[in-house]
Amino acid sequence: MSTAEQSRDAMLVGNESPVKKFLRATEIDSRVVGMVIALAVIWIGFHLAGPLFTGQALFLTPRNLWNLLTQTASISVMASGMVMIIIMRHIDLSVGSVLGFIAVVMAWLQVYGLSQYFVFGSPWIWIIATLIGLLLGALIGCLHGVIIAYSGIPSFIVTLGGLLFWRGAAFKVASGETIAPLDPIYSLIGGGPYGSIGSFWSWVVGAVACVGIVWSIYSARSQRQRFKFPLRPVWAELTVGGILCAVVAATVILVNVYYWPKGIIKEYATANNITVPPEGLFVSHGFAAPVLIAIAVGLIMTFVANRTLLGRYIYSIGGNPEAAELAGINTKKITIATFTIMGILCAISAIIATARLNAAAIALGTTDELYVIAAAVIGGTSLSGGVGTIFGAFFGALIMQSIQTGMTLLGFDTPVLNMTLGLVLGFAVWLDHIYRKSAK
Amino acid sequence: MTTPLIEMRDISIAFGGIKAVDHASIDLHPGEVVGLLGHNGAGKSTLIKVLSGAYKRDAGQIFVNGQEVTINNPRDAKAQGIETIYQTLALADNVDAAANLYLGRELKTSFGTLDDVAMEAECRKVMFRLNPNFRRFKEPVSKLSGGQRQSVAIARAIHFNARILIMDEPTAALGPQETAQVGELIKQLKAEGIGIFLISHDLHDVFDLADRLVVMKNGKVVGTASTSNVTHDDVLGMIIAGKCPKNAIPGPGAMREVA
Repeated sequence: MSTAEQSRDAMLVGNESPVKKFLRATEIDSRVVGMVIALAVIWIGFHLAGPLFTGQALFLTPRNLWNLLTQTASISVMASGMVMIIIMRHIDLSVGSVLGFIAVVMAWLQVYGLSQYFVFGSPWIWIIATLIGLLLGALIGCLHGVIIAYSGIPSFIVTLGGLLFWRGAAFKVASGETIAPLDPIYSLIGGGPYGSIGSFWSWVVGAVACVGIVWSIYSARSQRQRFKFPLRPVWAELTVGGILCAVVAATVILVNVYYWPKGIIKEYATANNITVPPEGLFVSHGFAAPVLIAIAVGLIMTFVANRTLLGRYIYSIGGNPEAAELAGINTKKITIATFTIMGILCAISAIIATARLNAAAIALGTTDELYVIAAAVIGGTSLSGGVGTIFGAFFGALIMQSIQTGMTLLGFDTPVLNMTLGLVLGFAVWLDHIYRKSAK
Repeated sequence: MTTPLIEMRDISIAFGGIKAVDHASIDLHPGEVVGLLGHNGAGKSTLIKVLSGAYKRDAGQIFVNGQEVTINNPRDAKAQGIETIYQTLALADNVDAAANLYLGRELKTSFGTLDDVAMEAECRKVMFRLNPNFRRFKEPVSKLSGGQRQSVAIARAIHFNARILIMDEPTAALGPQETAQVGELIKQLKAEGIGIFLISHDLHDVFDLADRLVVMKNGKVVGTASTSNVTHDDVLGMIIAGKCPKNAIPGPGAMREVA
């Protein structure tokens, strides 16, 4: 860096408020800060409002927050794919119905379709059913993608058709009935006390996450050093790493201080011939399986978005489809790939949803498309394309689920809840609009 | 005469019955700058988009170094070393300069992931050559000024060893100083033996920079002339009336002299 440039940068920095200076040095997106503040306000607000409505402050309890994370998983998984689709200036209205259809097919395979080929209770039944579900998701997504890419019919219409078609197909496969029960091992994927990994493994997950954070900060820094690019100040690197690791540690502690309920303890103790001591037995839940799946999906999708050719092309197409085409990018192929990924993510959500319910109801996933799109949009994805992050969509899903849970705890019924979510969606998009305008 | 670097022979393309380009033939030699002139809608941009692969021609042949080539999409054109700077610049506005520079030709690490750091390093080098004051490498190109965006588009065209460069109104959005810079660049590229098609409305630009000029009207070539053999008025006559002066080689679009 030349001295002239340094002094110019110093001048630029000199006039800034401490907050701006901090954000610039740490390269933290101010929008992320906004989302964190919004979530904090929502959480604390619901907690404090508890005593006024029901006499109990229930929101900021390990049990509620643990449930909140688990409930957010299914929507988050699909939202990460929806972000990519919206970035590419498309939309997918069919995700809820596709989820429902795959759920019914997987349950049907477990209960009827495959049971005649295997001994009762064989794990192959649920394993094969799950694999078929994932494959089916990929095929449905691919089909949507091919139609959109080659027919020129807008994705809105194609997937609106998909919304009707796949819900109808789900009804047909299930003959209008709820299919249950599913394999006991399979239903662990849905979470619950037995479907959680416990204290020790949660700490392992946390430790791995912290190592990953430190490693990625370090490798990014050494890469920039190698090419002699300007570096973030060391204190900024340490602050960012510290904050992220603290969040990880806090989450692990949170899921670990939520202990198994007494009934489960008793059941567990009887099954394993343990005598429960008089002071009680404390078994930590730890991370629930759906949460781990959602985190894994989020990490993989973030990797795809930021580090792969596919992600780069998705963003470029969203920024300027014509330019992408002129640069020699095969936009049709990218469209198909993105919708295929969306289909697979629908299948993963279908697995989580059926496992949680231990059944497949034909209405499973109804209106999920709206929540998924809302999560993406609240998380800062622009419907005009080109802009959005997986992280934001996860945050959006968490904010929506928080409002839902919070209002339910306060005793509001579904109509009021829906009205509130509608207002929040509008408000979030309006805020984003203002933010973008002022950023320009 | 040497084999032309590019020869487009009898190119035709129609959009919904309107013949945008009608049996047009043009050629370009190494180290030569050919100016392409004409009214709006004369077909010059369309003709050039056939060469860059953005449009698929209905009829005609394209030769590179005397060999007939197939150009059906932008990838085919790039494979022949044909690079284009579009009037609209064709930049993905939401990503940064390096991502635009390498759009469609990204550098990858040994794991197959994007090597953003290497791309940024290369980008810094190229941009330094074109625009030494440029240092907004982290921002999406939508935040850049017109001249900076132009530099990114030019960098993209010249960074990959182009043999043929198509510049569609390269100076339309630029101030005088930046226009002069582009002029310098064209001279430099010409000296390296690159053939350049220059599409411009500005007669001065064309006379300053081009060796030959081709005038189009209603999708047809009016005539071809060496810039040293014709005057501004001659060229204006070609553009407006389709009248081909004595020193120019008339094309199929030239007005018939009523003898």
